[in-house]
Amino acid sequence: MDDFFAARLQMAFSLGFHIVFSCIGMVMPFFMCTAHYIWLKKKKTVYLDVTKAWSKGVAIFFATGAVSGTVLSFELGLLWPKFMEHAGPIFGMPFSLEGTAFFIEAIALGFYLYGWNRFNPWFHWFTGVVVGVSGLLSGILVVAANAWMNSPSGFDFVNGQYLNIDPVKAMFNAAWFSQALHMCVAAFVSTGFAVAGVHALMILRRKNVFFHSKAFKIAAVFATVAACLQPISGDISAKDVAERQPAKLAAMEAHFHTEKGAGLLIGGIPDTATQTVKYGLKIPKALSFMATGNFNGEVKGLDQIPKKDQPPVMVTHFAFQIMVGLGMAMLGIALLYFLALWKKKKWLETKWLLKLFVIATPMGFIALEAGWTVTEVGRQPWIIYGVMRTADAVTPMPGIAYSFYLFTAVYISLAVIVSLLLFRQITMVDKLYDSSTNDKNNSL
Amino acid sequence: MIYVVIVFLWTAILLYILLGGADYGAGIIELFTSRANRQRTRKTMYEAIGPVWEANHMWLIIVIVILFVGFPKIYTTVSIYLHIPLVMMLLGIIARGTAFVFRNYDAVKDDMQKVYTPIFVISSAVTPFFLGIIAASAVSGQIDLQAHDFLSAYIFSWLSWFSVTVGLFTVAICAYLATVFIIGEADDEADRLLFTRKARRMVFVVMGAGALVFVAASIEGIPLLSWIFNNILGILAIISASISLVIMFFMLNKNRPGLLRILAGFQVTMILFAATYSHFPDIVMLKGGPNLSLLTHQGQYKAIESLAYALLIGSVFILPALVYLIYSFQKKKSSISGHD
Repeated sequence: MDDFFAARLQMAFSLGFHIVFSCIGMVMPFFMCTAHYIWLKKKKTVYLDVTKAWSKGVAIFFATGAVSGTVLSFELGLLWPKFMEHAGPIFGMPFSLEGTAFFIEAIALGFYLYGWNRFNPWFHWFTGVVVGVSGLLSGILVVAANAWMNSPSGFDFVNGQYLNIDPVKAMFNAAWFSQALHMCVAAFVSTGFAVAGVHALMILRRKNVFFHSKAFKIAAVFATVAACLQPISGDISAKDVAERQPAKLAAMEAHFHTEKGAGLLIGGIPDTATQTVKYGLKIPKALSFMATGNFNGEVKGLDQIPKKDQPPVMVTHFAFQIMVGLGMAMLGIALLYFLALWKKKKWLETKWLLKLFVIATPMGFIALEAGWTVTEVGRQPWIIYGVMRTADAVTPMPGIAYSFYLFTAVYISLAVIVSLLLFRQITMVDKLYDSSTNDKNNSL
Repeated sequence: MIYVVIVFLWTAILLYILLGGADYGAGIIELFTSRANRQRTRKTMYEAIGPVWEANHMWLIIVIVILFVGFPKIYTTVSIYLHIPLVMMLLGIIARGTAFVFRNYDAVKDDMQKVYTPIFVISSAVTPFFLGIIAASAVSGQIDLQAHDFLSAYIFSWLSWFSVTVGLFTVAICAYLATVFIIGEADDEADRLLFTRKARRMVFVVMGAGALVFVAASIEGIPLLSWIFNNILGILAIISASISLVIMFFMLNKNRPGLLRILAGFQVTMILFAATYSHFPDIVMLKGGPNLSLLTHQGQYKAIESLAYALLIGSVFILPALVYLIYSFQKKKSSISGHD
């Protein structure tokens, strides 16, 4: 494996790993605080138990997300020093603010986890809210930094020099809002479906049904509301990408030829050599509408992009298809769930709806990783879009392949241990919490 | 503005050594505690560091962010040439952070604890060891930008007797801080005596490790003595640290944990001051020069300015919250331990 490819893979793995943990770490606190709020209001023990059970999840995921985030802040320099040398001062603003948000989150988490029975109950609850809000802020800030790589601004690039830098302008670059919005909603969708799915499975297995059905409902409501909002945010993103990064959109859609009234490709296997797509389904004019808001608008194809500036079409296209497909599936489940809540109460007592949620458990995270792949691979060959190539940013140190193997092994073992821990937390619910056994005969 | 940033950088490094260091030390002394006392020591330690341990490690992130935003040339040079020890330190950070949480949040306490605990303990020593190596390598002129082969560019940039002894010294400092800190957390007299004995032993270990650093420096021709003693402030710092160490030694068996903590913190502050002051504003010394300086290698003014504002705004939020966190969990004796 050559060093450049190894560096890219290591970065992709590190981010792919971190993104799961940080999303759960920033969304679970909101679930936890919701359960906590209901406990404080209604004083039903089961909500206290749900809160405590989730708080352990938050602790595990926060710690893992924090270390993987620390690793990333070093990896930026270890793998891409030439990028950081120039980009650091320009897109550093969100990182320096993120340091604060992250710090606050860690402090608040200390209060929350160790603060039971020590503080005023509402102050204690509030520290949990602070964990969630500062986590969300951290996420937005980090995504704003990534958005800068997609739409660099806040400096003048003159003869290879980065002049007149303006970190605030760089932070509020053209892509920050659409990317941050899409990411935050995605975090709620993926964490929500993952949590709801696990609790749904436990209900189906008739384990601590009372406990799990309360937990399920909170997670499911967050997940389904977010799943309905995501297409709107996706539409904002699509229009934004079409305008700023036509090459990325063209790769996402395997759109080889510039066209007016372009069709939206569903599925299909793109062939870059012949510039054709096999087996795809095209919805007439839909791509033009999605990208420009006009059914006859012109959508730039890859033929307008010089060969050396084109992103890999295959990976970007497949990742995009996976993301959209799963997003739609989750939207479908969400709509069924709302229908059940409002009109068809009977559905809530059937197994098939819960089964759908069980099937959807990993969907959100797969879609999240796929979406991340779209935005990162779709930016290639650039590390700073249109300014610096990824290949020019990589460290001169040889032997990065070994570093890649090492980190991959570490991340895989961590994933295994975290899964084991979660499995144990879930299966031990009846031993850890009393309320779960109180109501054995509670039906579905 | 640049001085605001430099003050934050120095303070963040200091706080990371003091708070993060004591935290690493908690794991290190577990390594040197007899089986009989281990459980007790661990429990006391966990109660003491549990609420603040995440926050302790945030200082490292602040240091890194300041470096890459404000001093990108310094950050990237260190990242390239000290890649290997940085990776070792990162592995330590990953292993330690996760093992600590895993062992406390595993719902089943079984043989997996035998996996988590050694990982936690070993990585508690490995991480500060490589931190020490990185710091020593940065200041001792081992990084060679002209090097053409792998060994001299990426291995001998950090592998030297001097770096290794500074690494050991860092580990000793961490363990020392932890032993002094834990005295105040003891639940009863027996524990207090146990921890006091440990602290007394650690004083000698730190002095021994410090002596090794000087020996290694003289073997490798690093003018460590003149760095520290060529200026009046450096001399004063070392003298006051020594005096406080003597006071400390005689106060150990008096029941004054707060004073002991202040003294230990003071000593480490003085050591860091003496070690950094004589080079200031240089921070990374390159083989054959020129050195990388915080003043000449700073980023563009706008970057420094916004970084300074971000840090000032951040500290308005962080410091009161952090102080209140530490304060709240200091009065633990009087309240019930509600965490499960």
